[in-house]
Amino acid sequence: MHIHKFEQFWIKLSFVLIAFFIVTVVYGFVAMDLKVIGDHATIDPQNLADTKFGNPGVREVTRNGQTEYEVYVQTIQFAFNPGTAQPIVVPANTRVTFYITSPDVLHGFDVAGTNLNTMSIPGQVAKFTTIFPEVREYGIVCNEYCGPAHHVMEGKIKVVPKSEFDKSNLVE
Amino acid sequence: MTFIHKYPKAAKVAKANFIVAFIALAIGGLFGFVQALHRTNVFRGFFNSGEYYTLLTGHGVLLALIFTTFFIAGLFVWGVTRSLDREPENLTFTWSWFWLMTIGLVMATIAILGGLVPDSSIRAAVLYTFYPPLQAHPMFYIGLALVVVGSWMAGADWFWSYRKWRAENPNERIPILAFMTLFTMLMWYVCTIGLALEVVGLLIPWSLGWVTEIEPLLPRTLFWFFGHAVVYFWLLPAYYVWYAILPKLSGGRLFSDSMTRIVFIIFLLLSTPVGYHHQYADAGISVGFKFYAMATTLLILLPSLITLFTVVASMEHGARQRGGKGYLKWIGKLPWDSPAFVGCALAGIMFAAGGFSGMINASMNINVLIHNTIWVPGHFHLTVGTAVALTFMAITYWLLPQLTGRKLKYKTLALIQPYAWFLGMTLMSNAMHRAGLAGVPRRTAEPEYSGFDFEPIFGTMTEMKWQIAIGGTILMISLILFLWVVVASWLAGEKSDKPVDDYIPEPLSGVEHTPAILDNMKLWFGLALLLVVLAYAFPLWEMVADGIFSPGALPRPS
Repeated sequence: MHIHKFEQFWIKLSFVLIAFFIVTVVYGFVAMDLKVIGDHATIDPQNLADTKFGNPGVREVTRNGQTEYEVYVQTIQFAFNPGTAQPIVVPANTRVTFYITSPDVLHGFDVAGTNLNTMSIPGQVAKFTTIFPEVREYGIVCNEYCGPAHHVMEGKIKVVPKSEFDKSNLVE
Repeated sequence: MTFIHKYPKAAKVAKANFIVAFIALAIGGLFGFVQALHRTNVFRGFFNSGEYYTLLTGHGVLLALIFTTFFIAGLFVWGVTRSLDREPENLTFTWSWFWLMTIGLVMATIAILGGLVPDSSIRAAVLYTFYPPLQAHPMFYIGLALVVVGSWMAGADWFWSYRKWRAENPNERIPILAFMTLFTMLMWYVCTIGLALEVVGLLIPWSLGWVTEIEPLLPRTLFWFFGHAVVYFWLLPAYYVWYAILPKLSGGRLFSDSMTRIVFIIFLLLSTPVGYHHQYADAGISVGFKFYAMATTLLILLPSLITLFTVVASMEHGARQRGGKGYLKWIGKLPWDSPAFVGCALAGIMFAAGGFSGMINASMNINVLIHNTIWVPGHFHLTVGTAVALTFMAITYWLLPQLTGRKLKYKTLALIQPYAWFLGMTLMSNAMHRAGLAGVPRRTAEPEYSGFDFEPIFGTMTEMKWQIAIGGTILMISLILFLWVVVASWLAGEKSDKPVDDYIPEPLSGVEHTPAILDNMKLWFGLALLLVVLAYAFPLWEMVADGIFSPGALPRPS
C-alpha cells in the first residue's frame, strides 16, 4: 500500500493528539479529582417513601472523624425536593455528598455554570461529592426534558459560612 | 447522456427519496426557525411553551431521522447503480422499501403533530430520543420501526446488486462508491440492533399496554447503542461526497483510494462501541465502561483527521490543476463560484469546528461542564446541521441535473445559499456553545429562571440571544433559497442531454495500490460485532439480570 510521506506524518501526529486528550482526562481524574458519575445503587422508583429519599433533605454524618453532609434530593415533575420550595442550604468548605433519584421520569440536576451535573434516572441513584469553596447562591436547572412544564423546573443551593450554618433544618 | 438517460428506473427511485427528504427538510427547518424565535423570547406568538416540545420533537425526527435517511437512500441508489452499472435488481422490492419507510414516516409524523390538536390522545412530545417513562402514542414507535425495517431492506437491495455484480466480475475490486455504501450499511446493521431491541422489544409492547412498567436505564442505553452510530450514518454519506465527488468539483482527483477504504473500515469498527459517551452523566453505568467508550471515541477522531488530510490534499491538487500556486494562495483558485463546491467546502470547515467541540464532549470529566447544556445542540448543528445537511444540499445542485436531465436554474441564488447557511450557523452555533458554558440548558422552551441569572464567561446573554435568533432567521432564508432553486430546476430547468459534467476521474493513488484485505467485508463486520460485544455485553447483562422491566417505573403521558 502506498501512503504519501506527508500523510504518514499526519497520521502519527493524529495519534499523538489522541494520546494527549486521553492523558488530559486521566490527569484530571487522578490529580484534580475530576470524576464522573458511576455505578452506585439501584432503587425501586415506586417505593422511595421507605428509603432516605422518603425524607429528603440535608443530613449530618461523621466520616473519618470529620463532620460531613449528605443531601438526598428527589427530582419530580416539575420541582427539586428540596431545592425548589426551599433552597438546599449547605456550609462552605465542607464535604457534601449528593444522592439524587427520580420517582417519575428522567430529569437533570445541573448546578448552573459548574461541573455538578448529573442525570436523574428512575431506578438509579446518582451519587457525587463536592466541596463548595465560596459563600454564594447557585441555581439548579433541570436539563433533561421531563414534560410540558419542563422549563419551570428550577431550584437553588445556598452556601453559607460554616459558622452560620443552622443545624435545626437538618433531617434525621 | 447522464444518469437519468442510462438508468431511468434508478433515477425515479432516487428522485422519490429526494422528494420525501426535501419535504421533511422544509417542515423540520420551519419548526427550527419557530424554536429559535421562541427560545430566545424574540417572538412566542406561534405556539405556547407546552407545544414547543411537540415542535422540537418534529424538528429532531423530521431532520435527524427522516431527511437524512431518505436523502441517503437516494444518494446511495445513485452511487450503487452508477458504480456497478446496474439498475435495481427487482423494482417491486425497491419500491416496497421506499413505501414502507414512507408509511412509517407518515405514522410517526401524525403521532407528533397530534400534539398540536387540543385534547388529542395522539401525542408524541417525547423528542427524538424518546426516553421512557415519558410515553408516546404507539403509532410513533411503530412508525419509526417501519422506517428502520425499510432502511434494512434498502441495504439488502444494494447488497443484492453487489452480489449480482460480483458474480459477473469475480476478479474486480469493489468500486469505491459501492464500497462506501456497503460499509456504511454494514455499520447501520450493527447499530440498529440496539434500536430494534429497544423499540420492538420494549417500547411497542409497553406503549400498547401489554406491560405496564419499564426500566428507564435499559431503553436509554439501547438508544445510545444506536444513537451515536446514527451520527456516523449521517456523516459517512457526507464523507462519501467529500471523497468521491468533491475532488472532482475542485478540478482534481481523489488523493488516495486505500486511505478512503481504511477510513470507512475504522468507522465500521468504532462507531457503535462509543455509545456510553452520551451517558457519562448517568448513574448505573460503571466508570470503567465509560472510559472504554471514551478511548474508542477519541480513536474515532483518527479517521476524521485522515479525512481532513485526504480531502484537503485532493482540493489542493484540484486548485493546482487550475493554476494555483504557493503554500496557501492556491485556495483562491478553488471554484468559489460553484454552488456545489462552495457548499461542500464550507460544510467541511464547519465540521472541523464541530470536531473541536466534539473533543470536549468526548473527554468525560470535561464533558460534565457542558452535558445537556445548549452547547450540545451548538455542537451538532455544526456536524449534522451543517457538515451533513449543507453537504447534502450542495451536492443536490450537482445530482439533481443528473436525476432529472434538467439544468440548474437560479445559479446565483444557489451560490448565495451555502454562504448564507455558513453565516447563519456561525452566528447561531458560536452563541449556543458559549451559552452552554454558562449552564443554559438545551431542550427548553423558556431558558429564563426566576431565582438566578446565568453568568456568561465570554460575551453577554443578550448578545447571544440575538445571535441565535438572527442566525436562525438567516438559516431559514438559506433553506427557502435551497428549496426555491430545487423546485424551480426540477419543474422548469432547461432539458439537456448533458445538464452537468458528471464525470468522476480516477484517484491519484488508485485501487491497484489498495490491499485486497480491505475489501473483506466478513472480516471487518465480524470484528465490529466483537467490539460491540466487548462494550455492551456486561453492562446490558447487569441491567437485565434483575428483570428486563425492573426496577420498573410507571408510564407518564408526554
